[in-house]
Amino acid sequence: MTATAASREDTFPKLLARNASVRGSRTAIRHKDLGIWQAWTWAQVHDTCRAFAAGLSAIGLQAGETVAIVGQNRPRLYWSMMAAQMVGAVPVPVYADSVAEEMAYVLSHAEVKLAVVQDQEQVDKLLSIADRVPSLRHVIYDEKRGLRDYDHARLHDLDTLIADGAKRLNGDAGARSALDASIEAGKGADLAIILYTSGTTGRPKGVMLTYDNVVVSARNGCTFDNLDETEEVIAYLPLAWVGDHIFSYAQSIVAGFCVNCPESPETVVEDRREVGTTYAFAPPRVYENLLTLTMVRMEDASAFKRKLFHYFLGVAKRCGEQILDRKPVPFGDRLLYGLGEIMVYGPLKNRFGLTKVKVAYTAGEAIGPEIFRFFRSLGVNLKQLYGQTEASVYVTMQPDGEIRADTVGRPGPDVEVKIADDGEVLFRSPGVFQSYFKDPEATARTKTPDGWVHSGDAGFFDATGHLKIIDRAKDVGRMRDGALFPPKYVENKLKFYPNIKEVVAIGNGEDFVTCFINIDLTAVGNWAERNNVVYASYQELAGHPLVYDMIAAHVDEVNRSLAGEPRMGGAQVKRFLILHKELDADDGELTRTQKVRRSFIAERYGPLVKALYDGSKEADIRTEVTFEDGRKGVIAARVKIRDCAVQPVAAAARTLETAA
Amino acid sequence: MRAPGSDKGIAAGDVLLAVDGVSLAFGGVKAITDVSFDIRKGEIRAIIGPNGAGKTSMLNVINGFYHPQHGRITFKGETRQRMRPHVAAAQGIARTFQNVALFKGMTTLDNIMAGRTLKMRGSFFWQLFRHGPAMREEIEHRHVVEEIIDFLEIQHIRKTPVGKLPYGLQKRVELGRALAMEPDLLLLDEPMAGMNLEEKEDMSRFIIDVNNQYGTTIALIEHDMGVVMDLSDRVVVLEYGRKIADGTPAEVKSDQTVIDAYLGVPH
Repeated sequence: MTATAASREDTFPKLLARNASVRGSRTAIRHKDLGIWQAWTWAQVHDTCRAFAAGLSAIGLQAGETVAIVGQNRPRLYWSMMAAQMVGAVPVPVYADSVAEEMAYVLSHAEVKLAVVQDQEQVDKLLSIADRVPSLRHVIYDEKRGLRDYDHARLHDLDTLIADGAKRLNGDAGARSALDASIEAGKGADLAIILYTSGTTGRPKGVMLTYDNVVVSARNGCTFDNLDETEEVIAYLPLAWVGDHIFSYAQSIVAGFCVNCPESPETVVEDRREVGTTYAFAPPRVYENLLTLTMVRMEDASAFKRKLFHYFLGVAKRCGEQILDRKPVPFGDRLLYGLGEIMVYGPLKNRFGLTKVKVAYTAGEAIGPEIFRFFRSLGVNLKQLYGQTEASVYVTMQPDGEIRADTVGRPGPDVEVKIADDGEVLFRSPGVFQSYFKDPEATARTKTPDGWVHSGDAGFFDATGHLKIIDRAKDVGRMRDGALFPPKYVENKLKFYPNIKEVVAIGNGEDFVTCFINIDLTAVGNWAERNNVVYASYQELAGHPLVYDMIAAHVDEVNRSLAGEPRMGGAQVKRFLILHKELDADDGELTRTQKVRRSFIAERYGPLVKALYDGSKEADIRTEVTFEDGRKGVIAARVKIRDCAVQPVAAAARTLETAA
Repeated sequence: MRAPGSDKGIAAGDVLLAVDGVSLAFGGVKAITDVSFDIRKGEIRAIIGPNGAGKTSMLNVINGFYHPQHGRITFKGETRQRMRPHVAAAQGIARTFQNVALFKGMTTLDNIMAGRTLKMRGSFFWQLFRHGPAMREEIEHRHVVEEIIDFLEIQHIRKTPVGKLPYGLQKRVELGRALAMEPDLLLLDEPMAGMNLEEKEDMSRFIIDVNNQYGTTIALIEHDMGVVMDLSDRVVVLEYGRKIADGTPAEVKSDQTVIDAYLGVPH
């Protein structure tokens, strides 16, 4: 591409026009509807979006105004983003499953004038909050079912709107030239989109990204992984999430590849298999579910198949990753792996819809090393990246050949990353957002005047220049001797063992780290059955000496692994206990999203915390519990405490504070 | 699917089906004794009553499976005393069963396609070769079936053998098969039996949607009083084969005989 052409193609509407002329007959987007994959070419998408844009101007949408987009991944909703951008308006995708309260806040904060929604459910939700969003003038819906009898003064059918727009463009030269002028006037520095962060802490914040932010980030991502127009992706993650916006919208338009919209959220696995995606993205739990499902199904398979499966899985574990990374592997193993590919890996990948995958990403949270290695050993090029909405996704990513389960990779193209003194990760890149919409204070807190963004996450670079994220920066504490204490990092390392369900690490301001452990009843119960360990209740199993031995072995392994990391070595677990009851959201110990409420637990189990630090061998505890029917009761228990050996910490290697 | 109100001459609110003085006995056992009520077009009509009150027998009488000894049934203006189930089906009465009655080994799709059998016109010859008019027809029917699948949100189990499905989904597939007949009157025998709360809520929504969107008249038997009171326009109450009350949910709820029938009376 020449420099002038590149500068002209600096907005999505212009890039779409390019796609329509360069690869007009290639498929741009598919949607499975009534059991059949419907496809649209780039030329068709271009025409439809222009008509849609004309329709939007016809009902009064002006440049600079905002348009809410609510629904699942549907071609028409992606087109509504494009149509809004053609008019010079700013799309604001909203989480479709957010409750009315939350939606009312986002829509009124973003001052949306129009909303494009999927169906009756969303129309109802919008109508119920309409009085709190005074700026909202019109609602456009994609699916007409159930909406026949609604008052259509402010409601519009999307298809009719597009048809009207097409008529205007055909009949009225003025409308045509107005649209052309509006597209031509768009430039890279214009606001492209406002993405509201889901707001786990406090109110959602509207992250403002320009075309330059999004287009450059998308382009860098494509270059990094050599993505081109032949890729196939499946769009199933929320439209309002920056990842979907980059992968399913921006990169598709920049690279010209095809986006596939599934039939319904439940059919994603099947649809992915039919499409054969080449570029995939999923949070860790999706990979986890695939693995669990496979393992459960294999339990039901015939003995021969099960044996075959486990044998070849063993082969893959031994040499699969090396083969994927093109490292030398003994000839015999290579041969076996080839056989395994035909018998097991190939069919499995086909089931997962990952046969053709070129690169698959996981991000969002830590992925269990077992899960990560399982997919890699099958030959799926699964990688990790670390990103944020404020960075238009990319902060760090793993280059081919340098992939490890416990890092999130090196800084991406054009991204600078540094670690603050308190351990917080800071980054600066062309993708960095402009500001939070109507929130200068939050912007000032997050973004420095010279463009560095506080990620809010604590991390460090390891000896190879890879970034490791350890925890939210505000959760990272210090021990009495000043060593870092990242509770979640320690907890996650322990939680990756199937026998351990939940961990609470304690150590802020103390001399050493201790922890509460919850065993996983299914996994440990299964183990007990196989090893003839008799138990009558959860409490009894949790207190069993053999269970303590098993967990102590896990803690020991974790200590070894922590000792191998100079900055984390001080956080080794010196004493632990296994709780006599499962932590439960009903008792206020977990949040409804199953996150541990550390301070509450420390208070509730005060006597246990005290015992962990005063050297006693056991402690008594009485806790009030809430039963499922709402009655309350008291559980009393004597809990044993185990000491663990602490390993000598590896010598500090040269830390790369600013690797580029 | 077809727009509501397309059947000849019967407007919404008119009587679609009238049961007049029906009695049914099996030998010496009287299942139904002199019961009369009507079902108006476009309404959701519930039939309730304690166990053994004759509710299912009543549905079986309506769709021609049982032949009453006395009384008449008038459907779409045609009066009859006996009718065979396939004639009832052809006239536009579809039903689901208390115990799911699907073809367990067939997929969801095939099961719902089976509901289109009565609408098939193609000759045996073309069907045999799956060509020409038979193929065109199959595509038309498949389209209708796909719309039902979309409507009931069961895309993810389209190709799953129904025997493998959980009970709640089987019930939904059965509803789908009944809908595939594009019935004028849909008889649902305990559509929510054995379901958990969430499944019941889903099913209730589908029943209301079917009624709203396709204008299908629905008669249902149900034990969950909450569901009955929320869904139905009018309720008829049977006890020991006799009708003891008939009216809106509110009227029936406050009726002393109904309360006695359900809670018992001190003797």
